Amino acid sequence: MELIEAIILAVLAASTPLLIAATGELVTERSGVLNLGVEGMMIVGAACGFAGAWFTGSVFIGALFGIVAGMLMSLVFALMALGLAVNQVATGLALTILGIGLSGLIGAGFVGERITPAVHLYIPGLTDIPLIGRVLFGEDGFVYFSIALIVGVWWFLYRTRAGLILRACGDNHVSAHALGYPVLRIRTFAVMFGGACAGLAGAYLPLAYTPFFIPGMTAGRGWIALALVVFASWRPGRLVVGAYLFGAVTILQLHAQGWGVGIPSQFMSALPYLATVIVLVLLSRARTGGSTAPAALGTVFVPDR
Amino acid sequence: MRKSLRALAAGLLLAGSVSAASAADKLKVGFIYLGPIGDLGWTYQHDLGRQALVKELGDKIETTYLENVPEGPDAERAIEQLVRAGNKLIFTTSFGYMDPTLKVAKKYPNVHFEHATGYKRDKNMSTYSAKWYQGRYIQGLIAAKMSKSGVLGYIGSFPIPEVVSGINATILAAQTINPNIKVKIIWANTWFDPGKEADAAKALIDQGADVIMQHTDSPAAMQIASERGKLAFGQDSEMIKFGPKTQLTSILDTWGPYYIERVKAELAGTWKSEDTWGGLDSHMFAMAPYTNMPDDVKKIAEDAQAAITAGKLHPFKCPVIGQDGKEVECKGGANLADGQILGMNFYVKGIDDKLPGK
Repeated sequence: MELIEAIILAVLAASTPLLIAATGELVTERSGVLNLGVEGMMIVGAACGFAGAWFTGSVFIGALFGIVAGMLMSLVFALMALGLAVNQVATGLALTILGIGLSGLIGAGFVGERITPAVHLYIPGLTDIPLIGRVLFGEDGFVYFSIALIVGVWWFLYRTRAGLILRACGDNHVSAHALGYPVLRIRTFAVMFGGACAGLAGAYLPLAYTPFFIPGMTAGRGWIALALVVFASWRPGRLVVGAYLFGAVTILQLHAQGWGVGIPSQFMSALPYLATVIVLVLLSRARTGGSTAPAALGTVFVPDR
Repeated sequence: MRKSLRALAAGLLLAGSVSAASAADKLKVGFIYLGPIGDLGWTYQHDLGRQALVKELGDKIETTYLENVPEGPDAERAIEQLVRAGNKLIFTTSFGYMDPTLKVAKKYPNVHFEHATGYKRDKNMSTYSAKWYQGRYIQGLIAAKMSKSGVLGYIGSFPIPEVVSGINATILAAQTINPNIKVKIIWANTWFDPGKEADAAKALIDQGADVIMQHTDSPAAMQIASERGKLAFGQDSEMIKFGPKTQLTSILDTWGPYYIERVKAELAGTWKSEDTWGGLDSHMFAMAPYTNMPDDVKKIAEDAQAAITAGKLHPFKCPVIGQDGKEVECKGGANLADGQILGMNFYVKGIDDKLPGK
């Protein structure tokens, strides 16, 4: 029983940064913009988040630093890809490279420093319930926030007029423009939201997951978040499932090794990506039902004036 | 801030602003680093070595380093840049620089090169590495003494001989204290991913391990062990900051003495291409202070360290029994031969796990 609880706790912790970053990217892509710079925005968020917490002693302010840093990074992307209509794929990749370098520079002075990590909730009685107590009532703020975030995004996309307009921009920017919607402004906000989420997801790593900063500590999680959005076929509900599935595979493969299960660990590590490819194939074969990629995803839009 | 400025300076160097004009009478020594000097592990230790070198011979030499140099074709360009900048002795400090170093070495026969942890040499290219398995043996003794559950947790990076020989040395040592000791091994399939290393440590502890050892680079596992009130060993560098009540000891790469020795030879004109595989006796690495253990365990560790240093104790003393129960052929007389250790691809008896790829 205790082992199961421990595994669930580890899965939640491992999934949370993926869920937060992927939620942001989902909104960005739903508006028709493909920002491949998630990894870069995350790592800058990690460096700035740690710096913020180190200077102020507050994890909350650290998280805010991370959010702002991610947002600033995404503004660079918006300026290039939306303002100057540069190729989105190239800009996104450049953003990642820039982010990795920048975070090393920002974080160089903080390597080896320590902070007090995010506190975990504790409600006497409730948190002590076996098996589910710590899972439901003993997490840190990031975990609860990530769930609120994805619910909020779902509500926004499918239950508000603004969400409908955002999706319209992603599916057909010419029509949205013809109807008088400011496509570029909407997309800029979507990109900034994506940046904020990536920054927060990055900040989660040094503020809660492994409370120290080391250059390159995101170690590819931004790319996994990108794969997740595809895996979820751009739908918030599936994104939650996907994020916890990816997290579960990561943790379970480690446990499987400890138990001596004879499946090669390399194969287990590759499973999430394999699953993404399979989902892509299934999606392209079954065109009915489930939504596929936003139709205008990754295309440049220059409004005619 | 000083660090950032230096990083910036290194970046500028990479951008090609290296100038050969400077005090001509000073020997120029160059270093190529894999990571940032602030990685708290592999590269950090190499840079400590460089700093020791500057401290010792600073009036006779001038050092330059390039950090974050990726392994592969880029490395060749970076090494060549150091050559053009007038460096006469160049240390390339990661395995993946082997072929690029060799290529540049052939092109510039008058420049001397030193490549860490590789096996290709030339008349102007040496190799150097350390017998870390000796340190692992000492850790195995401590781990077996300190473990209450009798289960050790081991986080491996990749199943390469260096890591496998470390695991074997650990378990052989542990068995001399507790013949029934168990080890759980998790391969992270990465050298560096703090999150994953932390997850691996959590999994090992959740499965009953109470002493965590790692062959990956970040202090994440140490931090988890500390959080859970378990014990752990550091890796490459001093990690006690991340677990003041957790770290038992750590294998510290100490490249300083070697760098000083080689530069002195270069200055004296006696530099020769060599293959150095040094252990505790030649100070290629050191053990961090033995902490968080009772005096009797400390004594066992210190005695073993002294015996290994004096050459009286060899971790792979024959007979070594393989996992299949058969005795491993003893090619080195009383011990396994160096070549057998450098190419180790089997587990010893007592490890339940299966070596990946076997």
